[in-house]
Amino acid sequence: MASSSSYNPPCAACKFLRRKCIPGCVFSPYFPPEEPQKFANVHKIFGASNVAKLLNELLPHQRDDAVNSLAYEAEARVRDPVYGCIGAITFLQRQVDRLQKELDAANADLIRFACNDVPLQAAQPRPPQEAAGVRNVGFGGGGGGRLYQTGGVQISYDVPWNDIYNSHGGGMDGNN
Amino acid sequence: MAASSSSSSFSKPPCAACKFLRRRCLSGCIFAPYFPPEEPTKFVNVHKIFGASNVSKLLNEIPAHQREDAVNSLTYEAEARLKDPVYGCVGAITILQRQVFTLQRELDATNADIMRFASGTGAPRGSGSGYDDPNSTDYWTGKGQDGGI
Repeated sequence: MASSSSYNPPCAACKFLRRKCIPGCVFSPYFPPEEPQKFANVHKIFGASNVAKLLNELLPHQRDDAVNSLAYEAEARVRDPVYGCIGAITFLQRQVDRLQKELDAANADLIRFACNDVPLQAAQPRPPQEAAGVRNVGFGGGGGGRLYQTGGVQISYDVPWNDIYNSHGGGMDGNN
Repeated sequence: MAASSSSSSFSKPPCAACKFLRRRCLSGCIFAPYFPPEEPTKFVNVHKIFGASNVSKLLNEIPAHQREDAVNSLTYEAEARLKDPVYGCVGAITILQRQVFTLQRELDATNADIMRFASGTGAPRGSGSGYDDPNSTDYWTGKGQDGGI
């Protein structure tokens, strides 16, 4: 008698929920058994039935991105129960505002230089402020921002938690 | 006639959560301070995405003085997820990150131009600066184009 050569281990969701992982399980393509924490976080914050409803309302090709963003939000909320990923939005918005002001000022300087309104010896560029939103820098928690890939764009920013779930690797990718 | 017989003189209306959940809004209801009855949609959205019991657990784990901020951020996330079921507020993070990247690059380029003026070379951008990202916009003339002010 052949052993179960086609055995599929239960997905992380069904393992967590202690139920049989049937073919066609809505969670199994997105919550592999080797990433148990991903589902644990999503379940804690959103709840399994809410996630299932959400996935069922999406087209199949959208579900991978949806799960990744839910996992990201869930981990952010687990690490920062008060602000979740809104903390990152606030931080980035401040970065955008600051950089825009600096750019406006630099462009104004450049116009003056181009028009020869400012003597050359006074023509010093404004020192570029380090954009913590772009480079990995340490923060109060002692680590760097991790990367989250969505739509091909990597997110790297100073966040109040040490590492963010990287849906594409699961491994640490920051200074932490 | 005792004052207590007057109708609802001293009873507070149920909070939006208890009204939605069709239950009695007790004093000490965890939701009541943050989901007033005049904002029913706020709780509906949060409940739809997170679920009332998850929100209740979360609020119970947070010190009281931080709960309002927590509810506000949950509300924001819930609304973002309802508007964009695929990316939720992570979409906003992506957009902001791109903006930071673009602005930083523009700032670096502008500062480089200023340095060129300061050093006396005065060569404007667009002469081989190599910025060929279609998302970037040259301040002067557009992407990589020769041109003046």
